[in-house]
Amino acid sequence: MSLGAQGNAFQSPELTKALAERIDATLQGRPLRIMHVCGTHEHAVGNYALRSLFPPSVKLIGGPGCPVCVCPAADIEQAMQLARQGLIVATFGDMMRVPANQQSLADLRSEGADLRIVGSVADAVHLARANPDRELVFFAVGFETTACTFAAAVLADPPKNFSMLTSIRQTPPAVDALQTLDDNKLDGYLLPGHVCAVIGLKPFAHLNEQGAFLSVAGFEPVEIMHGLLLIAEQARDEAPRADNAYRRLVRYDGNTAAIRAMQQAFKLADSTWRGIGSIPGSGYVLRDELETLDARKRYDLPPSENIDASMPKGCACGEVLTGQIAPQQCPSYGRSCTPPHPLGPCMVSFEGSCRIAYTFEGFDREN
Amino acid sequence: MCLGIPMKIVSITGDRAEAVADGMHSDISIQVIDEVKVGDFVLVHAGYAIEIVQAEEAEETLDMLRVLLNVKKPDGEQEAP
Amino acid sequence: MSISTKQVKLGHGGGGRMAIQFLDEVIRPRFSNTALDSLDDAALLKLESDRIAMSSDSMIVKPVEFAGGNIGKLAICGTANDLAVSGARPRFLSMALIIEEGLDFALLERLLDSAAETASSIGVSIVCGDTKVVPRGEVDGIFFNTTGIGELDPRLSLGIGRIRTGDAVLSSGTLGDHGATIMVARESLGITGGLSSDCAPVAELCSRLYELGNDLHFMRDPTRGGLIAVASEIVHQQKFSIRLFAKHIPLKGATRAACELVGVDPLSLACEGRVITVVAADAAESALELMRADPLGAEAAIIGEVIENPAGRLLLQTSIGTERVIIQADEDPLPRIC
Repeated sequence: MSLGAQGNAFQSPELTKALAERIDATLQGRPLRIMHVCGTHEHAVGNYALRSLFPPSVKLIGGPGCPVCVCPAADIEQAMQLARQGLIVATFGDMMRVPANQQSLADLRSEGADLRIVGSVADAVHLARANPDRELVFFAVGFETTACTFAAAVLADPPKNFSMLTSIRQTPPAVDALQTLDDNKLDGYLLPGHVCAVIGLKPFAHLNEQGAFLSVAGFEPVEIMHGLLLIAEQARDEAPRADNAYRRLVRYDGNTAAIRAMQQAFKLADSTWRGIGSIPGSGYVLRDELETLDARKRYDLPPSENIDASMPKGCACGEVLTGQIAPQQCPSYGRSCTPPHPLGPCMVSFEGSCRIAYTFEGFDREN
Repeated sequence: MCLGIPMKIVSITGDRAEAVADGMHSDISIQVIDEVKVGDFVLVHAGYAIEIVQAEEAEETLDMLRVLLNVKKPDGEQEAP
Repeated sequence: MSISTKQVKLGHGGGGRMAIQFLDEVIRPRFSNTALDSLDDAALLKLESDRIAMSSDSMIVKPVEFAGGNIGKLAICGTANDLAVSGARPRFLSMALIIEEGLDFALLERLLDSAAETASSIGVSIVCGDTKVVPRGEVDGIFFNTTGIGELDPRLSLGIGRIRTGDAVLSSGTLGDHGATIMVARESLGITGGLSSDCAPVAELCSRLYELGNDLHFMRDPTRGGLIAVASEIVHQQKFSIRLFAKHIPLKGATRAACELVGVDPLSLACEGRVITVVAADAAESALELMRADPLGAEAAIIGEVIENPAGRLLLQTSIGTERVIIQADEDPLPRIC
């Protein structure tokens, strides 16, 4: 992603346009419905107005690629409970404003609870060291890209007053779940570049057997269009493959050191995705031997599997996250739901489809 | 958040490194990548290097695309790491 | 100096001898001028014009010292720049301080030195002021207020109402550097260097632009909310729109990299030493030349144009040649940047 003037070669206007023309020539009007599962992909598409270059028959739909959006209200309530008990609770900025059931963590902070925004798990560890006489919990929300950093922190001898309230999910099981939806009319997926940098292409490859066209792509305009071209070629040839348009960063088997760290720190669990429901084996929780670092065990909180997946009242984020509607089709979008007054997490999170749509399109009051 | 940028490693001390991108200096962890050396480019996300950027792969991809699409490489175009 | 204290004390802002000593030993030597030296309750001033501009700014930035500047320098630039972009040559400033008891005295002196140096560099005199010290915890470190007056250049008539379709939009230099520097200094992002605030007094640069006379339609310094705030304000409810060209907007590499790492748009970040100008189409090249002749305008560029259709929108031509709207965020991405 880059917002400024002279970019790098992956922002070449000539290559981007040439790729768009090539996609058109390859498909010759054949419709193509592709889903991406990464808020950062949606942001890049919006930032560069890439959809204006697609042939009309190509649709790129946003999926559940927003870890903050799919964090259940019950997990947020647990973070609140710990904050009310006087602990320091540290989490990412956009997590603070997500409405749980009645209120958000930011609301609790303005009531005096000690909630801190951090940019990384390392900051949270640092905070714990700086406050040795307090207990600190890091509310760890993320997909695999960030989960490997959580694992690293856990394995690097964190201070005794530090623990994690985990809400970590994996992308491949979510894509598998999407495949089972009756009205799934998707032809394939544009795979998330940085998730795949960590876990590789391998965990997604089995989707080819179900006829899904796949390519992983990076986040620059040329990279996104290249990924779509590879998918277009698979569609033309009716030959599903797991292509790699992000070879400078993604290896088929992924980053073995990062995978190893996650295996050492976490074990699989069922996980509830807000707006979607329970997806088996889609979560990471801390391994039993790391229980002193597991805030749920340390402070006697219930596990968060198979819990309420509902979004706040009036919020249709669930349908946005599964690609059934676009943000602009939600009746609340731009009306009762805007970035300063959000109804649900998709309008709060930097990776939320609704917030991204609002950032790059606003709301046309004439419509 | 999948925000990440390529940065160049300029020095390594144990599990940490100093990295630079366009003049911006950052102190990062290299705990979850194997065998990185000074001069390598890494993708930095939330204070951690999460993978090494393969510069040759970048070059090859760009060359391949330029040939495929008959697009000339502009003079003085800044290469991506 | 007979004040040998390491910390600012309540008495320094009070009505007794400590306050007089503070004024005599800390303030007067740094800011000496005719008006200040003979100061009673008010500064007695003589101006050369009867068309005066007045502006005020309070500085609450945190941290108070940052790469490229500090709150003292900012206090002068903030008000002087507001006057300059209004078409007035800044002449006189008041400076009020509200200081937290216990503030490091050496820090205070550094801030005042910066303020004095900055004012002197553009021929501005601090002619009156006030110092208050409040108990620990009742203010965060130190706050400044400066209020200034300047003489309007008679050749100019500036305002949104003068902007026409076809006008060119220019920036005097790279954007977002101040905001990005503060963001990096405040949030622990692991970023250890490379960024620097653009904080600078633009009075000289602006006075060069005054040569354009009637062709100079509008000027603004893009502080809170950055370029996007200025451009959004210009097009709001107007019959024209502005189209910006991403390819031509100057950005420092380090600012761009920091913004990408964090996910913030540099065009929404504050500048404290830059000018956005709108000039008649055929004056664009001259405007560029005039700015580039100034040390602060070396990277001046034409960054956009005023267009007829649609109305009232801010558009961006992206670096890949596609086009989209720019929506001004409802909230400031970063509080307390100035």
